[in-house]
Amino acid sequence: MPVQALACKECGTEYELEARYVCDQCFGPLEVQYDLGSLDAESVKRRIQAGPQNLWRYSDFLPFAQTPKYALPAGCTPLLRAPRLAEALGLREVWIKNDAANPTHSFKDRVVSVAIAKAQELGYRTIACPSTGNLANAVAAHAAAAGLESYVFIPADLEEQKILATGVYGTNLVKVRGNYDDVNRLCTELSADRDWAFVNVNVRPYYAEGSKTLAYEIAEGLGFELPDRVVAPVASGSLFTKIARGFDEWREVGLLAGETPTMNGAQAEGCSPVAQAFDAGWDICKPVKPDTIAKSLAIGNPADGPYALELARRSGGAIDAVTDDEIKAGIRLLAGTTGIFTETAGGVTTATLAKLAARGDIDPDERVVAVITGEGLKTLDAVRGTFETHEIDASVDSFDTALPAAAAV
Amino acid sequence: MAVTVKIPTQLRSVTGGEGETTVDGAATVGEVLDGLYDRFEGLRERIAEDGDLRRFVNVYVGGEDIRFLDGLDTSVEDGDEVTILPAVAGGS
Repeated sequence: MPVQALACKECGTEYELEARYVCDQCFGPLEVQYDLGSLDAESVKRRIQAGPQNLWRYSDFLPFAQTPKYALPAGCTPLLRAPRLAEALGLREVWIKNDAANPTHSFKDRVVSVAIAKAQELGYRTIACPSTGNLANAVAAHAAAAGLESYVFIPADLEEQKILATGVYGTNLVKVRGNYDDVNRLCTELSADRDWAFVNVNVRPYYAEGSKTLAYEIAEGLGFELPDRVVAPVASGSLFTKIARGFDEWREVGLLAGETPTMNGAQAEGCSPVAQAFDAGWDICKPVKPDTIAKSLAIGNPADGPYALELARRSGGAIDAVTDDEIKAGIRLLAGTTGIFTETAGGVTTATLAKLAARGDIDPDERVVAVITGEGLKTLDAVRGTFETHEIDASVDSFDTALPAAAAV
Repeated sequence: MAVTVKIPTQLRSVTGGEGETTVDGAATVGEVLDGLYDRFEGLRERIAEDGDLRRFVNVYVGGEDIRFLDGLDTSVEDGDEVTILPAVAGGS
């Protein structure tokens, strides 16, 4: 496999493939480098198609010399055509990549798979993370499956469903009195003096690689073709930029022909540092204090913000923000037209897709993919009160009275 | 009394291995950093560029990001703790 080294995205300094995430020279983020020129497209395609039904079928593009043995496989989630959603939006071809169909019900199973496999290879016995919830679920579950100790740090006010769905795996669950950015700062400090793999801190370059598999699955699901446009949520900006990188790697190898899809990022207005910077024409983000129901996207100080901005501009896309009411409407729209119940982050993505369609940004002939990153059952509060229920006595009369339109003729 | 500064691992090669140090007589974050630049050769190039912090460097006073305060002009007092950290950690 062609994995080569870590390299700084800012200044290009190269490092060994070790637990390191920041360039010593300029503090820039490190990214895994591959020798893609050594890959033959037809051989790669055969290896993918003969591979397992999970993300390890893309091992040629993951940072391992050999495919790891892995206890809790993720990926190969459904890519569904969504004709009723497309019709509602006045579009012709809309697809939903439903990443709620992962072991812990979010795309975080992808990044954690790669991070933990690398941590094991590097000899770590303890896994940790700061999290807004989905990552907490995934780290706790994958560490349990691998027989590793884990520490999970979350903001104390996180949704109860996400706390319960983390603690059940037997992790050391630490509720921090502060927001995600406070938790993140604490973990960055803790990581300096502990021999632990913090999945999104000291092994972050490997972790981030897991998100590329979303792009590979989308392209493979479309018969090794590119979509014209992708709408995906932006929190730290890592997922958003890695999806494009996945497409670009396959273009470079010759598995895909055409341009990088138009990349549209989706944020909640109550935490939209990247959307604000996009609107203002800045190339860096001014941090904000999050205040939104989309807690899984509530990162006020996004690490990959500058790269998300650059990608949106380069691909002809944008970064948009939607209100909490639009998020709730987005959840209902997706559920009511596709049968997929997503969490608030998916509401952000769907609402942004609807906004782009209403604004006329999307040509009706485009092939559009919306990336749904998580499960509605984790953020039930968001839909409470958005619909009516009918309580009746167990009698036909009572039913007819309550719902006269449904009475027998 | 003085201002305490916490140094991240990535910078300890230029601070002689020190993870914590103190600066006397500084009134702002910028002056704290200038004090460190005078003392540790090579530090300035690592975290600053054209008179400002590099874009992947975060500085906190008492746990608060200085971009929510007055940036490098944020005032500091004796006993304050200034923390320098890489910005690239995290992911939802």
